[in-house]
Amino acid sequence: MSLTSYFMEATYLIASILFILALKKMSHPETARRGMFLAEGGMFAAIVGTLVGAHIVTWVWIIAGLALGSIIGAWMAISVPMTAMPQRTALSHAFGALAAALVGVGEFLVHANQMTVVTRGALGFEVMLGALTTTGSLIAAGKLQGVIAGKPVQFRGQNALNLLIFLSMAASFVYFFVHPEAVAFFYAMLGLAFVFGVMLVIPIGSADMPVVMSLLNSYAGLAAAATGFVLSNNVLIIAGTLDGFSGFILSVLMCKAMNRSITNVLFGGFGAVIAEATSDAGGVMREISLDDAAMQLAFANRVVFVPGYGLATAQAQHACRELGELLEGRGVSVKYAIHPVAGRMPGHMNVLLAEANVPYSSLYEMEQINPEFPSTDVAVVIGANDVVNPDARDNPKSLIAGMPILEVDRAKSVIVLKRGQGRGFSGLENPLFFKPCTTMLYGDAKSSLSHLAQAVQHV
Amino acid sequence: MNPAVLIASVYVFALAAFLGYQVISRVPPLLHTPLMSATNAISGISLIGSLVLAGAAVATPKAQLPAHILGFVAVTAATINVVGGFGITDRMLKMFGKRKPEANPAKEAAK
Repeated sequence: MSLTSYFMEATYLIASILFILALKKMSHPETARRGMFLAEGGMFAAIVGTLVGAHIVTWVWIIAGLALGSIIGAWMAISVPMTAMPQRTALSHAFGALAAALVGVGEFLVHANQMTVVTRGALGFEVMLGALTTTGSLIAAGKLQGVIAGKPVQFRGQNALNLLIFLSMAASFVYFFVHPEAVAFFYAMLGLAFVFGVMLVIPIGSADMPVVMSLLNSYAGLAAAATGFVLSNNVLIIAGTLDGFSGFILSVLMCKAMNRSITNVLFGGFGAVIAEATSDAGGVMREISLDDAAMQLAFANRVVFVPGYGLATAQAQHACRELGELLEGRGVSVKYAIHPVAGRMPGHMNVLLAEANVPYSSLYEMEQINPEFPSTDVAVVIGANDVVNPDARDNPKSLIAGMPILEVDRAKSVIVLKRGQGRGFSGLENPLFFKPCTTMLYGDAKSSLSHLAQAVQHV
Repeated sequence: MNPAVLIASVYVFALAAFLGYQVISRVPPLLHTPLMSATNAISGISLIGSLVLAGAAVATPKAQLPAHILGFVAVTAATINVVGGFGITDRMLKMFGKRKPEANPAKEAAK
C-alpha cells in the first residue's frame, strides 16, 4: 500500500468519527450546529483524501461535477423556503440515491468480469435500493410540491401489479447473481427498480408523507451502505448505515404516532375507504367573530397554539408568533403543542416556528402538553385536523382509532382556525368541531392570525 | 471481495447500526427535520465513490468514457446532496440556536 493510500484511509477513519460525533451533538439544539461543522469537516477530509489517494487520471469530469453540484446545491440551500422543507428533503434523497445507483452501474460496467459473488449481491442491493429511492423520492417531492396530485392514486389490482413488478425485479437480480454475464438482466433489474419506486409512492396520500419521507431516508442510507460493501469502503458503510438507521427510527416513531404499521401505510391506501366509514357527528359548528376570539385570547391566562399542515400552506408561522408575543406581552402564558406527525415530515412544525423566532423552549411535545390542556383557557388549532380528532381516542370504530392525539378538547375553550367547512385532507369527520366548547374561525390562517393580533392590540 | 474483508465489513455495518441506534434515539423530536437533512447530507459520502468513477483509469478502454460520464452525473448528484444538505441543515440549526433574551417581556417589566 502506498503512502497516499494510507493517507486516504486515515481521512476516511477521521470522517467516520466526525460523523458520529456530529450526530451525537444533534441531541441538543445548542450544540447541534457545532456538530454539523464537524460533519462538514469530515466530509471535506474524505473528499481530499479520495482525490489524493485514488489514482485520479482525469480531472475534468470531477471538477465539472463538483462545480455544477455545488452551484445547484448552494442555490437549493439558500433559496428554499422553510415551508418547502419536505419537498427539498425528498429531492435530496433522490439525488443521494441516484448517485449510489449510478456508482453501482459504473462499477458493473468497469468490473463486471472480476466480481465475486458477495460483491454482486451487494451491487444488486445498491442498484435496486438506489433506483427505487430515486423515483420514489421524486414522486414524493412532486406530491409535496403539488406538481402531482397529492391524492392517493389507486386502481384495481394495484397490489397484484406491484407484487408482479417486485417479483420480476427480484427474479432479474437472482438471475444476474447466478449468471454475471447476463448483462440484460442487470439492466432489467435497474429499470424495474425505477418503476417500482414510482408504484410504491403513488398510492400514498399526502397525510402519510412523514412515514414515506422517513422510509425513503432509510433506503437512501442503505443504498450508500451497500455501495460501501461493493467498494469495500468502511466510511461509506458507516455513513450509510447511520442514515439508514436514522430513517428507520423515524419511520417507527411516525408509525407509532399514527398507530399504524408500516405495511398499512405502504399498502393500505389511506383515504380511499373513508367516505363510507365516517360517522355523522351531527350538531352544528359555531362560528366566532374575530373580536370575540381576540377578547377570549386577551383575557386568558393560558393559551396553547396547536399548529398543523395548514400553518405551513398558509405560511402563517410569522403571524402566529406575532400574536403569541402580543399575548405574552399581556401576561398570558403561551405554549405551542407539536404532534409528531403534524405537517409533512418529522419535525416540520418545529422548523417553521423556529424560523418565525419562536424560542424552542415554548415548543412542547405531545406527552408534555397533554396533561396541561384541562388547565388551558384557550387552545387555538391552526390548520390541524386529525391530530386533534377526539374520535381517535373515544370511537374504537374510527379509522384513526388508537392514534395518540393532542387532547385539545379537554381545554376550557377551543378556537379552530380553518379555511372552510370541509373535512380536510383525510376526509374524516372531526367531532371536536361540534363540541360546545369549540368555536370556528373561518378564513386563511395567515390573515386570520394577523387580524386577531390587531384586534388583541385594541382590546 | 475476499471472506476476511466481508466479515470485517459486516462487523463495521453491525456496529455502526448499533451505534446509530444509540446516538439517534437521543435526538429530540424538536430536531427531527434537521436530523433527517443532516444524515442525508452525510450519506452523500457516496460522493467519494462517484469521484473515483469519474476520474480513475479503468482496465477496459471501452468502458472508460461511459464510466467517466456516469461518474460525472453521480458526482453532480452527490455534491448537490452534500452541499445542499449541509447548507440547509445549517440554516435550520441557526434558527434553533437563536437566543432570545427578550423572550418574555412581561417578566422583564416585572423587574
